[in-house]
Amino acid sequence: MRLVLEKRLEQSRTMVVLTPILSVIGVMILGVIIFDAIGYDGFDAVWQLFITPVIDTYKWRDVATKAAPLILIGLGLSIGNRAKIWNIGAEGQYIVGAISAAGVAYATQEMSGFWIIPLMLIIGMAGGAAYAAIPAGLKTRYGVSEVLSSLMLVYVSVQLLSYLITGPWKDPNGMNFPQTAQLTASQLLPRELGETGLPPGLLFALVGMIIFAIIVDRTVFGFSIRAIGEAPQAARFGGFNSNRIVWAALMISGGMAGLAGTLELMQLTRLNLGYPSGYGFTAIIVSLLGRSHPFGVFVAGIVLAVTYVGGQVAQTVVHVPNATAGLFQALILFAILASDLFVRYRIKIKSSVAEVRA
Amino acid sequence: MTLTFLIDALITVIGITTPILLAASGELVVEKSGVINLGVEGMMLVGAITGFAVGFEFSDPWIGVGAAAVAGAATSMIFAVLVLSLGTNQVATGLALTIFGIGLSSLIGTNYTGFAALPFDPPFPDYLAQDPIGRVIFGHSAFVYFALILVFAIGWFLSHTRAGLVLRAVGENDFSAHSIGYPVIAIRYAAIAFGGAVAGIAGANFSMVITPMWAEQMTAGRGWIALALVVFSGWRAGRLLAGAYFFGVLMTLELYAKASGYAIMPSQFWAAMPYIIAVAVLAFISARDGRSGKEPACLGKPFLPNG
Amino acid sequence: MGNFTRRDFVKAAAAASALPILGRPAFAADPLKVAFIFLGPVGDYGWTWAHNKGRLELEKALGDEVKTTYVENVKEDASAVPILRDLARQGNKLIFATSFGYMDQVLEVAKEFPDVKFEHCTGFKRAPNVTTYNSRFHEGRAVTGTIAGHMSKSGVIGYLGSFKIPEVVMGVNAFTLAAQAVNPKIQTKLVMIDSWFDPAKETAATQTLANLGCDVIATHTDSPAPLQFCQQKGIFGFGQGADMSKFAPKAHLTAIEDIWGPHYIARAKAMLDGSWKSEDFWEGIKEGDVKISPYNAAVPKNVQEAADKIIDGYMKGTYDVFKGPIFDQSGAEKVPAGKAMSLGELATIDWYVKGVQSA
Repeated sequence: MRLVLEKRLEQSRTMVVLTPILSVIGVMILGVIIFDAIGYDGFDAVWQLFITPVIDTYKWRDVATKAAPLILIGLGLSIGNRAKIWNIGAEGQYIVGAISAAGVAYATQEMSGFWIIPLMLIIGMAGGAAYAAIPAGLKTRYGVSEVLSSLMLVYVSVQLLSYLITGPWKDPNGMNFPQTAQLTASQLLPRELGETGLPPGLLFALVGMIIFAIIVDRTVFGFSIRAIGEAPQAARFGGFNSNRIVWAALMISGGMAGLAGTLELMQLTRLNLGYPSGYGFTAIIVSLLGRSHPFGVFVAGIVLAVTYVGGQVAQTVVHVPNATAGLFQALILFAILASDLFVRYRIKIKSSVAEVRA
Repeated sequence: MTLTFLIDALITVIGITTPILLAASGELVVEKSGVINLGVEGMMLVGAITGFAVGFEFSDPWIGVGAAAVAGAATSMIFAVLVLSLGTNQVATGLALTIFGIGLSSLIGTNYTGFAALPFDPPFPDYLAQDPIGRVIFGHSAFVYFALILVFAIGWFLSHTRAGLVLRAVGENDFSAHSIGYPVIAIRYAAIAFGGAVAGIAGANFSMVITPMWAEQMTAGRGWIALALVVFSGWRAGRLLAGAYFFGVLMTLELYAKASGYAIMPSQFWAAMPYIIAVAVLAFISARDGRSGKEPACLGKPFLPNG
Repeated sequence: MGNFTRRDFVKAAAAASALPILGRPAFAADPLKVAFIFLGPVGDYGWTWAHNKGRLELEKALGDEVKTTYVENVKEDASAVPILRDLARQGNKLIFATSFGYMDQVLEVAKEFPDVKFEHCTGFKRAPNVTTYNSRFHEGRAVTGTIAGHMSKSGVIGYLGSFKIPEVVMGVNAFTLAAQAVNPKIQTKLVMIDSWFDPAKETAATQTLANLGCDVIATHTDSPAPLQFCQQKGIFGFGQGADMSKFAPKAHLTAIEDIWGPHYIARAKAMLDGSWKSEDFWEGIKEGDVKISPYNAAVPKNVQEAADKIIDGYMKGTYDVFKGPIFDQSGAEKVPAGKAMSLGELATIDWYVKGVQSA
């Protein structure tokens, strides 16, 4: 009698939803044991880490605030993922997007009007897209791997940010600290949508999800993306221009990262050195966990946001050290990634030949 | 510009470069076998705290380094099992491994902060390192010599041994290698373990020699630079060595320019320079070779012998 | 907490009010909940470590009357807001935000919780329930600068900085001015490494300064790495934020210690007796916020006395390192003779004094 992994003919739909849930539950049980072993109230710790962010309505706001940029960037990345174009440098495009929007803010400090906010959003997206155009151009012209070029450009963007906020854009009323002036009232989106407490970014994420779902599933462009990724030779034979796809994929993800950056800038109300938060990198995980599909990315973004918020709650309530929260986040990721196995394979118990014969 | 001055500057360059060179060398082997492990930063930190803690507890730095290598390899096994046996996505798993390594090292390290490490004596006797020339040749820590020997050994292994050829075959065309009868999965396990062990040693370099102490996240992002370096090198050991020292020289130049009072450009331009130049060099190389440094064809793809 | 019902509490309170009360109520309801948010890990042996030490001193001093909480690795971005909100909602009445980058976040959450008191370290914006507090680290620099001036044989001393913010500019200026009082021809080489914590880069920067002729090196960054190199090379250095002599017993001449305990204890007490109000604190040697570690035996007697004189001067208020004449790097006189720089000028300073060689 042995266990055998048999590949399924088709990915199991139920498992796609079930396995991540089961694996999270598995990690939770493991968590109770581990926390008890190192001296904390295991059940309480796990409750705070996993359950509280989900059931405490007060926490939904925090989850949404954290999830919005992850989802937005993740949506953009998922386009590239399908075409096997890996935009590792989304963080850099996120930063440049925010810088671009901050530039508009700097120029319009003394002005007011309804046009300022849309302008900031558009310029922010354009900035991110333009920054992503660099790796795109390098890849199509010189064959440079976008993984390397986009990653290098992240570091460059961090230095650019540092230069701008310590130099030309430094807040004149900021006691010479490296930060820009605060955005004015006509440059800020409302912190919350009405009474819900949810950030405007979430609305963008929802709309984005729907738009991307339409693009991916129902347009020729979406089909071409998937074709280039899964069967590049056939796709080229079918007339899809791989260069154009490279440009499109990178600039779309760059634009989305720039949008996320602009929205975060409005949440933070100014640029400072602490601005690069790593959303661009975490979004890579989000897009892959979400299997590069818009709905999946949305859910994955929420899941990751829950682990972050849970980690904060665990620190403030159970006094679990910050490092442990990070550790659990990683374990959840491992578990969800591993559970993918059951989506693609099924476990069969095969009896040995002798038994059957007898 | 005396000789002593140049030698001291060179020593700074060597110090900065060595951990990056180590980590990148390990990852080179991994990627040559067709797997991309983005968890280098995490494995380095695990190695750093393990090396420090074990060396401290046993009062022997050599045992510490050994333990660091074992810890790095063990951490990489988490990645290996997920990616090789369970077929998970390598990019996502590697990123998760980094988060794991940061968290684990911080947790272990909570009991070791504020401790001073034992001195890790250079392998050559002191009298050889008295004058400047002697110092630059004989005065370094064991890690420096190990890193140099390692990168040459890896280069030779990959291009002149049968085992290296097999490794490269596995990375270029895993299906063919499998058909011929080579154990693709086992070879990749070995490569990943090797990469993990070397990353652990690279981390120990930080906590035991460069700044003999433990502090959370003390590698400060060097793991990511190592990853970039592998791609920059075009997956060739010789170029890896040159590239690593190139980075080291640029970083050191930045410091000297600042300390000498030269503000030719704002400091951020200096700091961004290695990365801009890296991209430019890569474009140049790729335009010449036709493909950016010939990455192993199977890089990042899971090996599924049954379809 | 205990299982008090409201009726028990009312009964007890009534009983307590009948007791003679000296200063504080003899029967306190619940302990005062005090929270801290930290930029780094408490294990960094630097900035955060010092604040955490202050928190532990608070716990020791006030025992059952306080209950402290902390959150570490809080990034200086929008994610600090939910953390602050959580801490306020959990009943913390006094919250310390220990880094400049929390400024906007503290002010935002302070508006939502007007009965919770916030204290922002190294900030400058206040509100009715927001206080700012800072330490006069530069007083410590004046002491180390004096020692450096005496101990440097090459006449070139080094300063490892992080970012060009007023606190660091003040630091290198105070260090240089004090050293110049001993040796008017002394030069300070300054390197900014654009980070508060990067041990490997700190080591490389220290090597660079040493190679360029510095034989006494001070640092404004958090790790003991610079000191460890000084020890190897046989030159001298100073500890930053804490006594770092165990990392470099020969090189460590003394250290500037950040002592936050007294402030935290005083403010918690102010909460307990109701006298807390929004102010701006900028305390130094006199108030005990800045301490100088014991001197290394390598420091000669006369130098120790000179350093002690500076400390004494700050204690008595008779000494100020920023008293004119002070010139900037171009030679222009920024502060005339006899006049001292005001706190406001110091808090926004962005120019270096003559003798500082910076990029």
